[in-house]
Formats: sequence, C-alpha cells, structure tokens
Amino acid sequence: MVDETVLELRGITKVYPGIVADDHVDFDLKRGEVHALLGENGAGKSTLMNILYGLTKPDEGEIVIAGKQKSFTSAKDAIAAGIGMVHQHFMLIPVMTVAENIVLGVEPTREGVFLDEKGAEERVRELSHQFGLAVDPTALVANTTVGQQQRVEILKALYRGAEILILDEPTAVLTPQEAGELFEIVRSLTADGKSVIFISHKLNEVLEIADRITVLRRGKKIDTVPREGATEEGLARMMVGRDVLLRVDKAAARPGEIALDVREVRVVDERGLEKVRGVSFTVRNGEIVAIAGVDGNGQTELIEAITGLRPFTGTVAVGGRPVEGNATPRRMLDAGIGHIPEDRHRRGLVLEFNLAENLALHDYDREPDSKHGWLYPKRLIARAGRLIREFDIRGGGPLTLARALSGGNQQKVVVAREVERDPTVLIAAQPTRGLDVGAIEYVHRRLVAERDAGHAILLVSLELEEVLSLADRILVMYEGQIVGEHGAGAGEEEIGLEMLGGRKAAAA
Amino acid sequence: MSQAAPTANVPPEQEPSTNFTVKLGIAQRAGGAVVPVMTGVLAFLAGGIVVAATGHNPWTAYKGIWQGAGFNWLFHIPWNTNTINLSAFNLSQTLLLTTTLILCGLAVAFPFRCGLFNIGGQGQYLVGLVVANWVGVSFASWPTLPHVLLGIFAAAAAGAVWAGIAGFLKATTGAHEVISTIMLNWIAIWGAQYLFGQGGPLQNTYNPAAPESGTVVQSAKIPVFWGSSALQGTDVGFFVALAMLVVFWLILNRTTLGYEVRATGFNPDAAAYGGINVRNKYIQAMAISGAFAGLAGALDMLGYLFQFGVLDVQASQIGFLGIAVALLGRNTAVGTGIAAFLFGGLLYGTTRGLNPNVFDPGLAGNLTSMIQGLIVLFVGADILILYVWNSRRKLKRRVAPA
Repeated sequence: MVDETVLELRGITKVYPGIVADDHVDFDLKRGEVHALLGENGAGKSTLMNILYGLTKPDEGEIVIAGKQKSFTSAKDAIAAGIGMVHQHFMLIPVMTVAENIVLGVEPTREGVFLDEKGAEERVRELSHQFGLAVDPTALVANTTVGQQQRVEILKALYRGAEILILDEPTAVLTPQEAGELFEIVRSLTADGKSVIFISHKLNEVLEIADRITVLRRGKKIDTVPREGATEEGLARMMVGRDVLLRVDKAAARPGEIALDVREVRVVDERGLEKVRGVSFTVRNGEIVAIAGVDGNGQTELIEAITGLRPFTGTVAVGGRPVEGNATPRRMLDAGIGHIPEDRHRRGLVLEFNLAENLALHDYDREPDSKHGWLYPKRLIARAGRLIREFDIRGGGPLTLARALSGGNQQKVVVAREVERDPTVLIAAQPTRGLDVGAIEYVHRRLVAERDAGHAILLVSLELEEVLSLADRILVMYEGQIVGEHGAGAGEEEIGLEMLGGRKAAAA
Repeated sequence: MSQAAPTANVPPEQEPSTNFTVKLGIAQRAGGAVVPVMTGVLAFLAGGIVVAATGHNPWTAYKGIWQGAGFNWLFHIPWNTNTINLSAFNLSQTLLLTTTLILCGLAVAFPFRCGLFNIGGQGQYLVGLVVANWVGVSFASWPTLPHVLLGIFAAAAAGAVWAGIAGFLKATTGAHEVISTIMLNWIAIWGAQYLFGQGGPLQNTYNPAAPESGTVVQSAKIPVFWGSSALQGTDVGFFVALAMLVVFWLILNRTTLGYEVRATGFNPDAAAYGGINVRNKYIQAMAISGAFAGLAGALDMLGYLFQFGVLDVQASQIGFLGIAVALLGRNTAVGTGIAAFLFGGLLYGTTRGLNPNVFDPGLAGNLTSMIQGLIVLFVGADILILYVWNSRRKLKRRVAPA
C-alpha cells in the first residue's frame, strides 16, 4: 500500500430541519486501501456518501480528490472525478444483458450511431478478467444471481473509470459464500491500486476486510482506528456509546409440549408455482426453532401460510388444535399465532397511523378497545402509553405517526403488539432486518425472554449468524423443502453449504 | 381532524427527497390547510388572468360572482333574513347547492379514505333522484314525516346498492372501481332517461308529450326553513347534510369500521395482516359512499326539484363536482363542508345569481368550469405546489445568512 491520499473530506456538515446528519466529519482514503465506515442507522454514513457521490450538497466542508478541491452538483461530476458507488439496492435493467447494463449511458458506438455490441462485450470481458469478476457479458441480468448482479454493479463503476469505489452495505443481500467471493474481489481491486470505502454495520466483516475503520455516531466522527488491535466489542462500544452484549446470553432450552405442528404443507404462489413443497416440522413450547435459507426459497410463502395470509394444503395445528388450509389471518390470530412480519413497512405497520392505532391492529374490534362497533380512542392511547414505557419505544408518544420513528423503534412497536397478545406461537420473520446493533440486541433479548417464558418461537432469518446465535434447533430450507436439521451447536460451513443446495447436489 | 399533526421528527439519514415525499404523503392523506388554500388562491388568480385577457376587469367579475352567490349577505349586519332581499335570496340558493355538494363530496371522500376513487357519484345521485321521485309521486295518502323518511331511506339504499356493485366487482374480480363506476354512471344516465322519457314507467301522467317525471306530492316535500316554498326556499335538507358531515367524521374516527377503512386505505397489506377483511371493506366503503350520493338525490328531489326531465338528466353535472369538492376538502369532514360551500357559491354566483349587466354569464359559466378544473389539476399536482413552497423556504434560508 502506497501512502498516497486519494480522497479527503474536511469538516463535512449537513443539517436537515431539526437534525444534524453530519457534524464536521473528516474522512480520508489512501490509494489501495479499504476504509470501512461503520455506524448505526442514522449515524450519518449514507448522508456522507451521498455528499461524496454528488447526490446531496453539504452545508459546510470540502471534498479534496487527488489534492484538488472539488464541488459536485450531481453524480455525473462525481463519476467524472473517478468515484463509483454500488448501492445497496441494485440499479440494473433486468431485461438487458450484463454488457448492455454496464455500458448504459456511455455506450461504445460504430460510426457514431450504432451500438458496438461486440466491443462492449469485449471491454466487459477484459475488465472482469483483470479484477477477477466472473460474469458472462451476454447473459440477461434477470437470469443472474444476486451475487453476480453485484459484480455487474462493480463493473459498471469500473467501466466508468472509477478509482474510488463506495460499497454501501454490500453483503446485506449475499450468502456467506458469496460474501467470501466479494471479499476476494475487493482484495484484487485494492491490489490493483483502487481504493474502497466499505459501508457496513456488521462488525465481523469490517474486521475481516478493512485496513482502517472510521466510526460515526449521531453525525459525529468518533474515531478512525487501524484494523490491527480493533475488536468487535470495542467497535460496538464506539458505535452505540455503551457496552453492547454481542453474544446472545441464554440458558439451554427446556422444550415442553408441541405448540406448532406443521405437516406436509404445500403452498402455491400467484404464478401457480409450488414454493413450499411438503414441509413438516414442529416447534415446542420454550424453544426457538430457526429456519435458515437464502432469500426466495419458500420461507416467505411458508410463513404466509401459517399466518393465514396464503392458502395451503397439508395440516397445521396450533396448541394441538388443527386449523384449516383456507383460514383467514383473523382465524390464525385467534388460534394463538403472533407474527412479526419480515417487512414492517409493507405489513407490520400502517405508517400513517399513530402508535396507538398501530398497537391496536389486532385487537381494535374487541373490548376494551371497542364495544358494539364503537371505538374508544382514549383506551387505545392509554394502552399505547403503557406499552411505550414497557417496551422502551423512543421517539414519540401514542399520537406520533409510526412513520416518524426510527427503524429500531418501529420494530419495537411491532414486537410490543405481538408479544402483548401472549401468543402460543410467535413467528419472527427476519426480525432484525435493517436494524442497528443496539436494536438487534434488544430484539434478540426479547425473543429469548419470550422463549424462557415458555412460548414457542419460530424464527426465519437470512442472517446465518443470527440463526446460529438464537436457535435451539435449526432447519435449513432450500427450494421449498427442509433439507437439513441441526442442533444448537451446528457449524456455519455445513449449514451454509446446505443453504445453497449442497447436500442435495452431493446426494444426486 | 383526528390525524396527529405532521411530525417534524423525520429520521436523520433519509435523503431530502424521501423527506419530501414523506411530507407530501402526510399532507395528501391527512389534510393540512396549506395546500388546499394555496390551490384555491392559485386557481382564482389564474381565473382572474383569463378574465383580464378577455378584456374584462377581474375585480368586477369576482365581485359580481361574490354578490351573485349571496356571500355579501354575511357581512350585512344586522342580518335581514327576508329573502325579498336579493343577497339573502342568493345565499339561500347557494345553500341548496351546498347541501348537494356536501353529500356528493362525502360520496367521493369516504371511499377515498379506503383507497378507492369513486367517479360514480353522478350515477349514484341520479339513482337516488329517481327512487325519491318514485316514492314522492306514489304513497299520496301518507303523512309527511313517514313519507319523506321513506323517500330518503329508499334513495340512500338505492345509491348504496348502485355503488356497492362497483365495490363488489372490485372485491370479487379485482375490476378497477374507476372503470366500473364510470360504466355504472352511463347505465344510470340512460336508465333515468328511459324511466322519465315518453312512455317510460315513471313519466308523468298529465302530459304524455313531455319527457318528464311526475311531480312529488305535497306530503313528500321536505319543509322549507328559509324563504318561501313557492320560490324555492332552502329546505331542512341542509341540516341533514351538515349532520352527515358529523356522521362521516364519527364513522371514520370513532367506529371500528372507520378504523378498518382507514387501515385499508393507508396500507391494505398491513390491514389484511392485522386481521381485517379487506374485500369486505371495499364493498362497505362503496355502499356507504353510494348512500351519501343517493341521499343527495333524495334531498334535491324532495327538497326543491320535485320533478325531473330527460333534459335535466342530460344536463346534470353536480355529482361530478363532488370530486372537486372532496379533493379540495382533502377528504375530511370540515374540508368537504367548506369546499362544498365555496363551490356552491361559485356555481350559483356564476349562473342564475349573477347580474348579467355586471359580467357576461356565458363567460362566467366557463370561469366556473375553469376554476373547478384548475383546482382538480392543482390538487392532483400538489407535489408541484409543495415543491414551490419548499424551495421558497430554502431560498429564504439561503438568503438569510448572506
């Protein structure tokens, strides 16, 4: 690594009404290094990077690239200055080929008018060879995996001459294996003299890949530390401002009666495809059973079936009593199912409702919330006030709109509502998605507490680490089937392989 | 209204664009007076420019409309309630139109809160008119109170069924309510023309040449409380409409049905997850909406029209004006009431109430349509208005420290 500074941000400040997103943040990047930007949601990482990428204008501060002061009015200026960004959500056109996506906007032409398709493919091949980014330039993006799409995004930036790459939470959508491949790519990029800004809130990743780590908290830069000597505990403390319990502290499970009995359940999606193909398992009182798997292998459909949002065939029994395959969500709620949905914005909350109304979403039509069809808003508010205190929901009161809360506090609202109903089975689908360290700790502790109180908990998570740290039993789901079952102490490698259909392939 | 005031406490890491859409969403759905007021002002300003462009004085024109609507009466203290007084008479006529517009506005506002756009107010209103006319012409031996009540309830029920068809189609087949309500409008328009037309079952019995309905009998007429019944005074239906504003608010904010309707309107996925039967809500919201419009038809028929002809059916537009009323009123009770009064005044003040020497009625009628159109346009384009509003504030901030 040459000690040459390619980028410097000096005293960047951005103020939104009522909130200082970034408060005199300094940041620098050296040629050939990976510099991680670490912080909780709302710490100011995204705002800082949006400023660097020309999407937002800073109120104060300056951007210096290769010794020259720059002022960006749009992403175009930033790209011209050699900055490339790979967003968390990819911006690709699925019906076009990999090469077409990469050259989009700066297409090579023949005689000034015709798209030079061959030339584009050739150039993409060169680039992917140079940096070890294996992609087929002629493949349609729609037919590529998430990991490949991310490589296409990286190639897109390189094609535009990026010397500085911003990766925004790049592993959030990847399997452990794919993440490992990404790290290889990042290393080959830096070996070639490119510099990478790696945004994340996952501590283990940052420690694995970064040369230096800058921690932001509430818009302020806390410190920049080299990887050598940094620990997960130390970084977590810097991020949150207090000691954080990273390992979930729990006693051994004491399973009781069978609370949820799922047998030979099959679920068909809108397009008539069978997404769940004969799944059977049980969850007992007092244990956490986790379903691990890569996104899109039928977990969503399975949960929707058990919660009454989607019809199924087969049998499901809650607390020993069977429920029919066309049961409504209301019926499942009454049968004793509690559900923390995987998407709290789409399902878990009515964002334009206030907290009192959101907390009443399952019980608004029974006493004491209402009587003979008349609603008693004061009772809703009183209940909300109690739950807000009990579950430590911050950022508003009973009359605050759910939209105004931070992600972590929104999730606390959902958790409070589901836990308060004292369900026989609590289904938690990706309960910590998009949450920061402090909120994850809270949700994990709450789930363990519910388990210890004797409830049955079914956890669905795409985060293998979460599955491993919470579950008493682990089921691996692949292409609509349960392909493996493990005890609490199972190894990451083995499960990761099964998530990708490894065992099936070996057996075949 | 019931919604909490838009909270300024937006999560910090959202980009300004998200921040802006959040504000927009809240302003659009939960009310907030800024946009509707600015919308109204802009529409009237634009109307004034057009008036000036035709060589008239906008100030005189608007003053003429103001007086034509009888709004000046409100400022003549002590009030002379005798409708021989021209401004009092004009205002009493404005109130008649306000009655209809409140109910037609509610017929759009209620399903809107459930996420449905009811374009079928006109058809539901006509169905109400027809049924009220039939009840009002028949049952001649009945005493007034039960006769009027029967007419009102029958018309509201008919409107509910009519709109309920669109809700049912939406719930069962997913047919979009905009399409089905427009189609139901035409069925109602042609149906009413057949019923009132020559040889039609509801044509009058005394003049077979006239394609008109029979006349409502005395016992079915709603009592007049202001002005003379011979000169189309304001009937107590006005208070029924005001009461319906309260009912609308109560249903939405104080009943479980209203909770379900609002949850469905904001987020049908979350509503379904919460245990709400979303399909039923579509049917119920449309039926309640149709009841409001059908009631409007009944109050008009039994309050001052008493008779309706084929030509009247063709000319009638008031149900459509309900869309503009609801949009300007932000689908809230108070807003709909105010917007209905404004549009009622505008409608009467540019037509019969207008002194033709002050301002050409032909031009005035067009001015109404124009202002109405601009309001719908601006409300639909409130993203633009909020943008202007936002950048103005930004400009101020930027200028201040320099």
